[in-house]
Amino acid sequence: MHEMALAESIVQLVEETAAREGARRVSCIVLEIGQLAAVESEALRFCFAAAARQGVACGAALEIRDVPGSGRCGACGETVALLTRYDICPACGHAPLEIVGGLEMRVREIGIESSEEV
Amino acid sequence: MCTVCGCASGETTIEGGMPVHSHDHAHEHGGHAHAHAPGIGAARMVQIEQDILSRNDAYAQANRQHFDERGIFALNLVSSPGSGKTTLLCKTIEALKARLAIAVVEGDQQTANDAERIRATGVPALQINTGKGCHLDAHMVGHAVEHLRPAEGSLFFIENVGNLVCPAAFNLGEHHKVVIFSVTEGEDKPLKYPDMFAAADVMLLNKCDLLPYLEFDADLAEANARRVNPDLTIFRVSATRGDGLAAWLRWIEAGLETQRARHAETVDQLKARIAALERQLAER
Repeated sequence: MHEMALAESIVQLVEETAAREGARRVSCIVLEIGQLAAVESEALRFCFAAAARQGVACGAALEIRDVPGSGRCGACGETVALLTRYDICPACGHAPLEIVGGLEMRVREIGIESSEEV
Repeated sequence: MCTVCGCASGETTIEGGMPVHSHDHAHEHGGHAHAHAPGIGAARMVQIEQDILSRNDAYAQANRQHFDERGIFALNLVSSPGSGKTTLLCKTIEALKARLAIAVVEGDQQTANDAERIRATGVPALQINTGKGCHLDAHMVGHAVEHLRPAEGSLFFIENVGNLVCPAAFNLGEHHKVVIFSVTEGEDKPLKYPDMFAAADVMLLNKCDLLPYLEFDADLAEANARRVNPDLTIFRVSATRGDGLAAWLRWIEAGLETQRARHAETVDQLKARIAALERQLAER
């Protein structure tokens, strides 16, 4: 639901970086999105296309890398896969676990084509 | 979007038709300062490694600093629509306004109805309409703080847009998120919308006066909330009847007292530092 706000933030981060690097065009954007971060990838793609329409990131390919949820059990110390925030530790039944992966919402890197003055 | 301060060029307005703020910097829309000849394009990857919400988080940090430097205690009230947030806020204000200075930011997609309800209690309130936006962000709240200028040592409420999903992700600089969950909803709401219950420090189970008429298991609702967040402080209340509000009010006053004491300590430390520097100068 807040994918539009996320898309606008992504475009802003990308445009700032592109300007700093003297990019003529941004060809791709690599994101890391955790599976517990409540972000719909398809909605984010749709919103990104709209948000990027007028700038240097227009038409850039969006690569979304899913980061699986994982949690550390405070009772038995196991690190296990999490499908929800409140999954029970399969080894000892303790809950909730400390979330150590799956909440990421990051821009990793972008591919740019720089402009060179002739 | 404004690239200097991040103002969206969208539909967010602060009450009175004002845009979110007046820009004293020029927006650069379209066109570059100098043209690039289409030369040999060099393609490469550039690392960014930044959180998507890093800009919001920076605004939130600035808001938090503003609150802390003035001993202000800020609470962000979140819930689904219709949980009784505004009624609860009005009753809370009525009970505390004689003793405390209070200011309120109201977030809704449309109308200034809620800010008007708050102002009827006699405290300043500012409505932010987010248009199509589903949450308040820290930048909007920063501008609302500029307009409202909450007093030193005061209580600052942010009533977020009624939505259990998006406001969880957006830190506004508040000291605590307070989630309001009413007994006319389902007991499993904390499991359906775990992010908000995980982000909150306090949960108010509201409309408890209706429990005799409903098949709602309040203990199960609390257990579900604690399954997501075992550290939640929970109060059972009825905003309309006033049941249970005393404990919630005590919690607020204790929080404000801690915040004021921390502020006073900082001020005392600064005064002592100034006095020491003055002595050093006088001894020269």
